[in-house]
Amino acid sequence: MSLLDPDELARNFAEIRPPFTPDEARAQAARCLFCFDAPCTRACPTHIDVPRFIRQILHSNPAGAAETILDSNVLGGSCARVCPTEVLCEGACVDRILQGEAVPIGGLQRFAVDWADEKGLSVFEPGTDTGRRVAIVGAGPAGLSCAFELRRRGHGVEVFEARDLAGGLNTIGIAAYKITTEYALSEVERVRAMGAEIRLETPIDGAGLAKLMEEYDAVFLGIGLGATASLGIPGEETGGVWEALEFIFQTHRKPFAECGVGRRVVVIGGGNTAIDAATAAVRLGADRVTIAYRRTRADMPAYAHEYELAKSDGVIFEWLSAPLECLRTGGTLTGLRMQRLEMQGVGRDANLVPVAGSEFMLECDMVVKALGQQPLVGLTGAIDGLEIDRGRVVVDPRSGATSVPGLFAGGDCISNGAEVVNAVEEGRIAARGISDFLDGR
Amino acid sequence: MKNRPSLVTEICGIRSPNPFWLASAPPTNTGAQVRRAFEAGWGGAVWKTLDFEPIVNVSSRYGAVDYDGRKIMGFNNIELISDRTLEENLAEIREVKREFPDHALVVSLMVESERGSWHDMVKRVEDTGCDGVELNFGCPHGMSERGMGSAVGQVPEYTEMITSWVKEVAQTPVLVKLTPNITDIRAIGRAAQAGGADGLSLINTVNSIIGVDIDTYRPLPHVAGRGSHGGYCGPAVKPIALHMVHALAADPEIHIPISGIGGIQAWQDAVEFMLLGATGVQICTAVMHYGFRLVEHMVSGLEQWMIDKRFERTSDFVGKTVPAIGDWGELDLGYKVVAEIDQDRCIHCGLCYAACEDGAHQSITRTEVPDQEFATSGGAHFETSGGRRFMAGAGGGYINRYEIDQETCVGCNLCSLLCPVDACISMVTRESGLPSMTWAEYQARLEKGEVEAIRPPQHG
Repeated sequence: MSLLDPDELARNFAEIRPPFTPDEARAQAARCLFCFDAPCTRACPTHIDVPRFIRQILHSNPAGAAETILDSNVLGGSCARVCPTEVLCEGACVDRILQGEAVPIGGLQRFAVDWADEKGLSVFEPGTDTGRRVAIVGAGPAGLSCAFELRRRGHGVEVFEARDLAGGLNTIGIAAYKITTEYALSEVERVRAMGAEIRLETPIDGAGLAKLMEEYDAVFLGIGLGATASLGIPGEETGGVWEALEFIFQTHRKPFAECGVGRRVVVIGGGNTAIDAATAAVRLGADRVTIAYRRTRADMPAYAHEYELAKSDGVIFEWLSAPLECLRTGGTLTGLRMQRLEMQGVGRDANLVPVAGSEFMLECDMVVKALGQQPLVGLTGAIDGLEIDRGRVVVDPRSGATSVPGLFAGGDCISNGAEVVNAVEEGRIAARGISDFLDGR
Repeated sequence: MKNRPSLVTEICGIRSPNPFWLASAPPTNTGAQVRRAFEAGWGGAVWKTLDFEPIVNVSSRYGAVDYDGRKIMGFNNIELISDRTLEENLAEIREVKREFPDHALVVSLMVESERGSWHDMVKRVEDTGCDGVELNFGCPHGMSERGMGSAVGQVPEYTEMITSWVKEVAQTPVLVKLTPNITDIRAIGRAAQAGGADGLSLINTVNSIIGVDIDTYRPLPHVAGRGSHGGYCGPAVKPIALHMVHALAADPEIHIPISGIGGIQAWQDAVEFMLLGATGVQICTAVMHYGFRLVEHMVSGLEQWMIDKRFERTSDFVGKTVPAIGDWGELDLGYKVVAEIDQDRCIHCGLCYAACEDGAHQSITRTEVPDQEFATSGGAHFETSGGRRFMAGAGGGYINRYEIDQETCVGCNLCSLLCPVDACISMVTRESGLPSMTWAEYQARLEKGEVEAIRPPQHG
């Protein structure tokens, strides 16, 4: 339980990038050069026409701007909040060359979508009913995007979600200072308003999937990934050891004051989820938060800007280190026995070799595992003829079609983990693929 | 600093420590304002226009044109002349002039078209000790409906007549302020000179409607829902003013000095006016936007430029560019420039391409260079973050390379004007293969069969 008072917790979890005021939005919009064949648009997985929507903001047409955004990306509001814009649209922005700083595209995108939301504007309508029905498994970003696009084409859509909340990791798996649960759920409503039926707490297993394949004209798999990989060390099965997503989930589901957090927290892993977990631990009031990663800073899968955030939050990094054992006193977690590793070779292909005599202790009362999620092979393996490569469902990138006719897929289950914006685009591609399939093309 | 150039300016006998005067307008409405302006460094001021009786102004008077995020590119007003009594104004003019003997203090006047009234006004005003008077024949709104302002300045005969009345009694130099709302500024300029004017001030504001509020359908600015045409000024009108100043400076029939006005907001603007023949300049809108402190930058900028160009006094360069502007028919058809893009400076925004393709002569090519190839050729480098590679200007796996097709480029300047990068696109001279010749010479040579008909560049 957090030791901080609710006010301090609220401040800690306040939005890291607050919304632009109209004056800020106009000033920032005026910086956009209105590039031709704009690099930002090309760098966006959903190819939002960025110069167009920024000019729409500049010329007092935020409703038009929101339409431009949502037309390409129904989750444009959450992407504006959670996208790693630094390496996508803003990374490509030519103002970085000209002025040393990108146009804040994410912030402007949020401004437009928020404006439309506040006005209660909905610009999209379902297409004329085709009589076809598509089942979507998983109400995460891929499933929602696919559902939205199918509804625009007039196909009936039912979405089956195992959890009691729709939205997938967008709703519960991303640091709470980037996106609120309420916001992610409001985007689910945008899809529902198009006539997509979303059935919560309806998990689908192998047999259930086979049934859906029979009952519906097509099925889209947007099932994401499963549990976090285990550390494979003694003592990790009992108290004090959390999965990173479970740790972040609680910040979306409970008052911050009731969230579990240790005084000394060690996060194992080097990805963006490890950063989200570590920064959440700091914000919940942990005294000392350490990220232990087996490679070096340069090899970390976390984005540079995420690393900088963790660093500025006071997170300590233990590079080239791996846990050997959870230490316990009377069952209570007291620390991690660690060892140093040495890289033989360069980069992510290097061999990691333990350094003899390098063992050391990290005192802690909480360990958070952030080693990446494992594919849901139990479900995908149950489908006859479904081609899978290293846990990933194999699809035709142009249509989202799997090796099984009528079965399409997108999102983390085809990528083993990517950004929300990638899942949105894959859902959209699959919707096109499904439509073509239903039309017999 | 040693060897500072002298900014002292003399226009029709009126001296000021520098060529920057405040134009007759709201900034010169009161003695307190003019005093602060002189303390801030302004070289002179033209007092806001006086009549015998104060007028009444309306509430809500100004409107502005913004441009994509920047405020007040253009500005207009439906304010009239001084709304303070003549006695108050004259007392303050006398006081300010006594305090600032070395600064130019000119008083703008506008009275009914009666010889006696003009005589009376000029005498009373000159009694303050002011350095000169400026006849406001320019305001296009309000006063013109009462037969004053531009109603005078639009008719050469009226302009000459009233100027001559004033000259009958004036002991100080008389400037005549001209309206741009005419067909040929030279006709009015000559008329003022014929009436005895010692100098010409121009331009006054351009007749305008600044805009419409598209939510309420009301004009801007509005007074209880109604609007009226007003005087347009600010940076947007500078080119109109430059043209008119030059037209008078280049007119062989006009010999009196010019005080240049219209959209000056930086020292460079003032230099341009002076190169085109203005002896000094007057400024209003920029001061209404930023305050009197602007003059510090103007003085400093002009001084640095003069040091750089080795001018010792402003008269060294006044009118320097005047002879270089003439009729289109004097231009050389054999001269050719083409655009050139410095690939090391290009940021790949593609604005030049879109403009040339859609708005000009289709002479810029776009090539998608794979980003990897671009990086290895040293064009730029990838950045990495969390295993993702990215590059400013690249996206979708490529970066656009824009190049000029110099065979078809007509040398219009468009790309170089809109390129956001300093010195990225330059215009370079090329051998055209044509002799140096004007249109008339070209026609003559064509007739004699000495040259072939010139065709625009053909696209392959």
